[in-house]
Amino acid sequence: MENSLEVINLSKSYDLKVAVKKIDFKIKHNEIIGLLGPNGCGKTTTIGMILGLLKPTTGEIFINGMKIEENRINILQKINFISPYIELPKKLTVKQNLTVYAKLYSVKNINNRIEYLAEKLRLESFLNRVTGELSSGQKNRVSLAKALINDPSLLLLDEPTASLDPEIGDFVRTFLEDYKKEKKISFLLASHNMNEVTRLCSSILMMKEGTIIDRGRPQDLIKKHGRKNLEEVFLKLTRGENEL
Amino acid sequence: MKMSFSRIYGLFLRHFFLITRSFPRILDLIYWPSIQITLWGFISNFFATHSTYYNNAVGVILTCAILYDFLFRTSIGFNMLFLEEIWSRNFTNLFIAPMKISEIIVSLIFTALIRALIGLVPAVLLTSPLFGISLFDLGIHLFFLFLSLYIFGITLGILVSAGLLRFGPSFENIAWSTMFLLAPFGCIYYPIEILPDFFQKIAYLLPLVYIFEEARSILIEHNVNYQNILNAFYLNGIYLFAAISLFYYSFNKARKKGTLINIGE
Repeated sequence: MENSLEVINLSKSYDLKVAVKKIDFKIKHNEIIGLLGPNGCGKTTTIGMILGLLKPTTGEIFINGMKIEENRINILQKINFISPYIELPKKLTVKQNLTVYAKLYSVKNINNRIEYLAEKLRLESFLNRVTGELSSGQKNRVSLAKALINDPSLLLLDEPTASLDPEIGDFVRTFLEDYKKEKKISFLLASHNMNEVTRLCSSILMMKEGTIIDRGRPQDLIKKHGRKNLEEVFLKLTRGENEL
Repeated sequence: MKMSFSRIYGLFLRHFFLITRSFPRILDLIYWPSIQITLWGFISNFFATHSTYYNNAVGVILTCAILYDFLFRTSIGFNMLFLEEIWSRNFTNLFIAPMKISEIIVSLIFTALIRALIGLVPAVLLTSPLFGISLFDLGIHLFFLFLSLYIFGITLGILVSAGLLRFGPSFENIAWSTMFLLAPFGCIYYPIEILPDFFQKIAYLLPLVYIFEEARSILIEHNVNYQNILNAFYLNGIYLFAAISLFYYSFNKARKKGTLINIGE
């Protein structure tokens, strides 16, 4: 079976700065991979290239067996992205925003899709409210609904629970687990929340200065580096071997 | 691969919802053209009674003011639609949606027309009762003049949006100043002979001069010069092609430079 995502020898340079250096990884169908690393390590650049927002300097990206540079529109139809750093138009109601994106993704039966997501993500009570007036927890769930509006086979998540209270954060994590089980979709999760990564991800890629410095299952990495948890592994790898 | 009507309509809908949800936005669209036209209406009346050039053609200045305002609103409207995505931090969402560049351009071209008309129609309706002037005195040629201005307006909008894509929000100030830079060369309120020789050469490279010369020719001399209309369309075709090409080039450059990510966050 082909992979959801395959990244081969991927690099990105800006003039003299190398942001990503020859990275390789794969995500199988129905798998969640964590992308970890300190700020500026190349996570966003990598995600940007997968989304087609950035042109790689070298290397190739295949999504569902198709090369992104040659099938950008077809691929974007089947993937989506959520990040707390991008927003939906604040003046539109939740339903209007979801309708607009359903149109942009050529979704059939738009009302059914919105109803389904509204029920799953508990949006019903504020579907007709203006998006800008919602709490950050509500906005996060609306962004998640937008990211799932096209029923993607690959979802890219950049710190999906950043700035959420523990209850909403747990709701989102549980939702993602349930949704993966139901729809068999794949996730690439970039996060600084180590408990979240340990809970959700079957495998982890540790990035530093544009390269993948280690990879493996969370428990295997903890064992391999002789630490108590993933946070300590993260600190060891990002600060240096002898620190901590 | 052909364009998708659903996606074009989707992007239109995003701006339609935005406009129709906000009364101040609608008011803002109507307010400035109406003020502009009222002001030029009184100036026009003054010149019509105190100028030998305009004394037989009441409303020439006002008609040209309305035409220029339509151009201005179309161009600014296109830029505003693009800037709106940056201000609302929705830019990344838009560019990771499966929209072709051609679909984005077509949708914004159509939406910019709607925006311009929302402002223009009430202003035009004001001119008849207030100043006794009808834009329709230009006859069927009015359509060609408006079409020509519309094409040039969106051409400028596409050029500025290409700059925003390439250089990011720092290009925003240019978005506001483009029309003011071109206005002196457009010969909107005066014949081209007023300009110094060197400026005239520049003016003849713009479709504006042919459009406004034609409007004056029809209103003052009651003479239709089809060559002016054709010249305007030829130049519009060239500039529109160049602007769309530049937009594609800027998009590819932005993908290389990372501007799409920087603008979006």
